[in-house]
Amino acid sequence: MKPFDYVRPRDLAEALALGSEPGTAYLAGGTNLLDLMKIGVARPDRIVDIGRLPGLAGLDWREDGGVRIGALVKNADLAYDARFQRTFPSVAEALLSGASAQLRNAATVGGNLLQRPRCPYFQDLASACNRRAPESGCDALGGETRRHAVLGWSEACIAVNPSDFCVPMAALDAVVEVQGPGGAREIALEDLHRLPGQTPERETALEPSELIVAVRLPGQAAAVARHSRYLKVRERTSYAFAVVSAAAGLELGDGAIRSARLALGGVAAKPWRAREAEAVLAGGEPSEARFADAARAALAEARPSGENAYKIELARRLIVRVLQQALAGAPETLPALPGSPLAPAFGNRHAA
Amino acid sequence: MPLDAAAPRAPYVHHGSNAGQPLTRRDGELKVTGRATYAADHRPEGLLYAVIAASRIARGRVTSLDVAAAKAHPGVVEVLTPANRPPLGRDPDQKSGPFGFRIEVLQDDTVRYAGQPIALVVATSLEAATEGAALLDPQYEALPPRTTLESGKRFPAPAVGVSGQARTEHGDVEAGLAAAAQVVRTEVETPAQYHNAMEPHAIVAQWDGDRLTLDMPNQAIVMSRAGYAAYFGIAPENVLIRSPFLGGGFGSKAILNGPQVLAILAARMLNRPVKLALTRAQMFGPVGHRGRTWQRLHLGLDGEGRLTALRHHAISATSSFDTFLEPAANASLHVYRSPAISAETEGVRLDTGTPSPMRAPGEAPGSAALEIAMDAAADAVGMDPLEFRLLNYAETEPGSGRPFSSKALRECYAEGAKLFGWAARPLRPRQMRDAAGLRVGWGMGTALFPCPHFAAEARATLRADGTALVETAGADMGQGAWTALAQIAAEALGLDPAQVEFRSGDSSLPDAGIAGGSGHAASAGLALHNAGQDAIARLAEIAMRDPRSPLFGADNIGVVARAGRLHRRDDETRSESYADILARAGQAAVVGAGRMQRDEEAVKERAMYSHGAVFAEVKVDPDLGQVRCTRLVGAFAAGRIVNPRLVRSQ
Amino acid sequence: MSLALTLRINGQARVVELDDLRTTLLDLLREGLGLTGAKKGCDRGQCGACTVLVDGRRINACLALAASLDGAEITTIEGLAHGERLHPVQAAFLAHDGLQCGFCTPGQIMSAVGLIAEGHGGDDPERIR
Ligand SMILES: Cc1cc2nc3c(=O)[nH]c(=O)nc-3n(C[C@H](O)[C@H](O)[C@H](O)COP(=O)(O)OP(=O)(O)OC[C@H]3O[C@@H](n4cnc5c(N)ncnc54)[C@H](O)[C@@H]3O)c2cc1C
Ligand code: SF4
Ligand code: FES
Repeated sequence: MKPFDYVRPRDLAEALALGSEPGTAYLAGGTNLLDLMKIGVARPDRIVDIGRLPGLAGLDWREDGGVRIGALVKNADLAYDARFQRTFPSVAEALLSGASAQLRNAATVGGNLLQRPRCPYFQDLASACNRRAPESGCDALGGETRRHAVLGWSEACIAVNPSDFCVPMAALDAVVEVQGPGGAREIALEDLHRLPGQTPERETALEPSELIVAVRLPGQAAAVARHSRYLKVRERTSYAFAVVSAAAGLELGDGAIRSARLALGGVAAKPWRAREAEAVLAGGEPSEARFADAARAALAEARPSGENAYKIELARRLIVRVLQQALAGAPETLPALPGSPLAPAFGNRHAA
Repeated sequence: MPLDAAAPRAPYVHHGSNAGQPLTRRDGELKVTGRATYAADHRPEGLLYAVIAASRIARGRVTSLDVAAAKAHPGVVEVLTPANRPPLGRDPDQKSGPFGFRIEVLQDDTVRYAGQPIALVVATSLEAATEGAALLDPQYEALPPRTTLESGKRFPAPAVGVSGQARTEHGDVEAGLAAAAQVVRTEVETPAQYHNAMEPHAIVAQWDGDRLTLDMPNQAIVMSRAGYAAYFGIAPENVLIRSPFLGGGFGSKAILNGPQVLAILAARMLNRPVKLALTRAQMFGPVGHRGRTWQRLHLGLDGEGRLTALRHHAISATSSFDTFLEPAANASLHVYRSPAISAETEGVRLDTGTPSPMRAPGEAPGSAALEIAMDAAADAVGMDPLEFRLLNYAETEPGSGRPFSSKALRECYAEGAKLFGWAARPLRPRQMRDAAGLRVGWGMGTALFPCPHFAAEARATLRADGTALVETAGADMGQGAWTALAQIAAEALGLDPAQVEFRSGDSSLPDAGIAGGSGHAASAGLALHNAGQDAIARLAEIAMRDPRSPLFGADNIGVVARAGRLHRRDDETRSESYADILARAGQAAVVGAGRMQRDEEAVKERAMYSHGAVFAEVKVDPDLGQVRCTRLVGAFAAGRIVNPRLVRSQ
Repeated sequence: MSLALTLRINGQARVVELDDLRTTLLDLLREGLGLTGAKKGCDRGQCGACTVLVDGRRINACLALAASLDGAEITTIEGLAHGERLHPVQAAFLAHDGLQCGFCTPGQIMSAVGLIAEGHGGDDPERIR
């Protein structure tokens, strides 16, 4: 690890001032940054530890039933918050389906949103990677691509965003509150991560020194609470990143779908909001056939970036499944195997 | 004391009941409190930290290393590269016996596989050494690596595994297949598997003149001294290996590897203790693995479903520069009855590190393929997999016709099937679903493993206070050796295990052989048992010669050792405690020695294996391809169970 | 650059002079303070062998920068037992032979203690996993 300076600012203003120095990295839980520093992918000159900045570690419930989540709230604290679980069960389930208990205790909401890709070539300094070293090429192309993107990729980069949390948050129209040297602004979560295009090194819509201070879920998002789910297909039942994941929310009324929300994970460089599919669902009666139509619509633009055509069909099937489960309703308590398609078959014996 | 010293042999019987007790682990308290010390936990005074720089290409040459940048990093003390690596006492490209692999210790700039050590950086802190290694920024001249079966060079196998036969044929397989009513062909590929014990390889090397002390996990504590000694031109007796705890081994820690030699070399160069712990990523390369296999099986079947011939052909992968071939095909030689069986292995050279023995070399991938083939054959003849295996049950060892020393496989099948509920299995696959709509599959397979015995030695000392000290350089990598071996010794000594101090894991103790091949308990255990008996015999000798002892003159009648006392066999009221016998004789202790030597005659006459049957249930989500194993039942005939608690937790 | 940290480790207040800011909590415990119970199995947050409690919650010591922990309360496996009396979780691991090689046992025990402390215990094995 490269030697670095370490500063712990007292407040946001100081953090932002420090953060505008080139070569600075913000440290929150550190579970991603430190990991990347160990393997030489991140080599900051200076670390600004935002972990104890005041005022960023709480949940603030709004009158409209929405919630403002401080950027430093730990993944575990958010997932286990009783009201949050009740109001946004698919988000809680997504959080608990990710990483391990140890990591969720350290990882923050802001850090989760900004975690870097898991593309093995990105992590291997001997491989060419446009994201890590602009215009050096992309060794993933033509390589081991089973886990790479099928939507929104370019020849410059085919990596996927690894976050589970982002997927239901994108489906629920979450908004990211950002502070920068120039003041505050808001970014729809859906627009936080950028598709690679020709500049995959520009991963997010944030300017280098900008800080995420909070992420908001609007009150409307709570309308789908009773009928929202998150499902995650992975290579092990726990402690593995998604191969493909899906978050769905249905607002039902009079036997029909009033509105629907659907987002996919593991398929693109950002959480993939499937608006075409939502349009197919909205206003119609819930049925197997409609779910299948929605699944087709969601993946209409998909194409394999390598040996990953299987993901397209897998995503379609997962969409049908997550919609079925959303229709059936979120369980009273989160399942013992969060996010697992196998959850209904295993252990649901007691309350969380 | 020479181990062979002719000991007086007093006939005695023992009524010990120590072996068989479900005692808790002797090392358990150390392990649950974090006080068990593993190699990397050592921090001797003046310690330096070494970090390996490993190749990121799989084939080619290192063209440059920025040694200056690494050396300029604060804390870096030395950088070892091919340019400055001091000479070694042995040529690392020279083969030295079946366990002596060629190693990469910076002999030149060629890269033979990804993960090969290309430099060693030594620094005053782990952080500095790690960054020093990163600053080397190696440049390569890369060649296309050969990592697939098609791209690798095939060659006829000279031998498989550790000096196993590469070609064996019993009966006439061609004729058997020709005469078969049908032939079932199965092809199975198994991937490379890396030992990757929870504890990565680690070593703390310290020199004192030409004496070397190594704290390292080691599965062959005494034996392996010679290898390290040879690389440094010293006598094996000058090497002290301390390995009280191993964080898993799986075979990898029985074999000398390049990183260890480099760490020892650095310690000598710098005349300070050096610690080297491999990173998890570095465990995939220079420390062995189970090679990939491509296996083809032909099962000839008669009209009733009996095997007429069984042919098992395997292509086993090895490295481009050394040979260890997974003996997968040989796993078919001893399991099922067939008038004709052949096993044949071919090699293929890939640009990987050299494979090495890993947990059940051959049996693991080979029996997987055989059992898959047996299932395919059962299906082809429309039989239940278990019934099919019973039909082809081997009453004597296939090929040799030797009787088994014991074989309770039928009982394993029956017991396992009962516990599992196998009888309810529908004949055709894909018939079962659970309430949640998942498909349910039931399968079973036969387990078989040889019972090796290795040479081993042990010492048992009965002390004046009536307690005992037993010693052997055994290795406990989690199997429970500390506990089970102490129980065996206590049994032989007629003592409660609590009265037996057990010392192990140190190369200055009697050689316990190798902890591998599932032979450690039998080997070191018998040595300990013999040592205990020897000590008792010597003690009995003292008592029986002493007119003041109630055991005086018991010679031909014999004595019984129990609960710290020797009893006359014909009159157990006449007894005396160990402590009293020693006190009167004015002796501080009596020392017994024992060794385990395989009885070659017995081995020739009988085939020795442990057997088992495993039944499994998996659930599959057919739409999403998610699989979960929901039940596993195993029934094993594993011989005498020394400690049921330890066995259960396996 | 060096930094003085005030830590409470296993109930004892300690001032630790951190002379390399890159040091992780795991390396500080193991190499700096001789608390070698926590193990390094992967150094990447993947195995849990390094699990310790920080302010009562379990984390991976390998992915925590020591410098960021000034003022923290840290409990390692060495601080679990009360003198000779094992912590009930330690005793249970022993009684049920819940260990073999023992290398990651401290991490498993700390994780189990954390699980209970964080209130996610219960009797559903699926959920505990
Ligand atoms: C073994 C392992 C398994 C994992 N499995 C999963 C999984 O299954 N699913 C999943 O979703 N995730 C998984 N993760 C990733 C984990 O969720 C992230 O590491 C974690 O959420 C990051 O949060 P942090 O607070 O530790 O971020 P840090 O490591 O502190 O920061 C991450 C990045 O975000 C930046 N940053 C952090 N906070 C802010 C802020 N407020 N404003 C601006 N920039 C900021 C940092 O500069 C850094 O670049 C896994 C991680 C590991 C190590
Ligand atoms: S896919 Fe993207 S992250 Fe991966 S190597 Fe290519 S450019 Fe880098
Ligand atoms: S050492 Fe593996 S998680 Fe920390």
